[in-house]
Amino acid sequence: MHELAICQSLMEQVESIAQERDAKSVTSITIGMGPLSGVEVQLLKNAYPIASAGTVAQDAELVIEHLPIKVKCSQCGSESDALPNKLTCKQCGDWRTTLISGDEMMLMSLELEKTKGAQPEIMH
Amino acid sequence: MCDTCGCNITHGNESLIRPGGKLQKTESGKEAVTVLHSLLHENDHTAKHNRNHFDQHNVLAINLMSSPGAGKTALLEATIQQMGEGLRIAVIEGDLETENDAERIRKLGVKAIQIATGSACHLDAHMIHQALHNLDLSEYDIVFIENVGNLVCPASFDLGQHANVALLSVPEGDDKPAKYPVMFRTADLVMISKCDLLPILDDFDPERAKKYLQDIASTAPIIALSSKNLSGMNNWIEWISHQIEERIAYLEEHPVQSGHHHHHEHHDDSLTV
Repeated sequence: MHELAICQSLMEQVESIAQERDAKSVTSITIGMGPLSGVEVQLLKNAYPIASAGTVAQDAELVIEHLPIKVKCSQCGSESDALPNKLTCKQCGDWRTTLISGDEMMLMSLELEKTKGAQPEIMH
Repeated sequence: MCDTCGCNITHGNESLIRPGGKLQKTESGKEAVTVLHSLLHENDHTAKHNRNHFDQHNVLAINLMSSPGAGKTALLEATIQQMGEGLRIAVIEGDLETENDAERIRKLGVKAIQIATGSACHLDAHMIHQALHNLDLSEYDIVFIENVGNLVCPASFDLGQHANVALLSVPEGDDKPAKYPVMFRTADLVMISKCDLLPILDDFDPERAKKYLQDIASTAPIIALSSKNLSGMNNWIEWISHQIEERIAYLEEHPVQSGHHHHHEHHDDSLTV
């Protein structure tokens, strides 16, 4: 279970960006995850409230974009969808393919609430 | 993938980043920031730093990964005995608890550093960085990192190694690459270990293992080896020698900047490059 470690690493990154940008809070975090990232999305979601507690992003929504597995065949050149343990070319069946998408675990974007001009926050 | 040149924009995510894509929307009073960094940005940064450190000293770093009990330590013992004085070896051992593996290596007169990860199921680049503080790399040609026995978590963490070796032991079954594609995809070499058991456990078919590896588009060479009767040992030593030659050739073409001053502060989580 390395998802907590990955989630903590995510929060460190989010906090440092929020600080750089002088943000009051982080309202949304969008991450892109591929099935071949080695990260179990549900475990990451479970770890998120623990890792974000007490940070500038504790009320941020975690948005997960599921990225598809795609391979490019080195023999026939075509691109096709694939399964985690079946990365062969759908066109010609050859196994010599390159993964072009599907192993991402990426912080894609953040939505920040800025210090100046921000609406007064409702107390929880 | 790096985080600077845009190569991390893949077919999977480019539609999200394009103007008008999901990641572009912002409500008033808020700022949207496109980041596109790996979730393990900090780990990857430290891994790069470790690799640079190895390269400065012409040290080849090999990361051994497998499930627990696949024979990583036995492989290291056999390798040390086979190589003799030919190559100067150091070992970094990762386990949840105990110094047992490090002690086995030290008995052979080889420097071994034990990292006790506590409850952590993998080594990360920071742990390796700390271990390197206790290792004078100018005294070694090769550093083996024996990762925590686990076919899942170690696959996600770059340590700064030059090559990954995944062991698949005969008792585990030949379909492990299909069950753990993320791990086996990272392998630069797949070793079928404990192959002296092949005649007994004849339901393990090396050809089938090869087929499963092709299914995950692995181009890694496969070596069947027994640390017990030493069959396949020559292929393994040859592969290591080839890695060293390749590394030397690479470093001749891409020299490490000699002006890179390296000051370490010896407390946790402090990195000065």
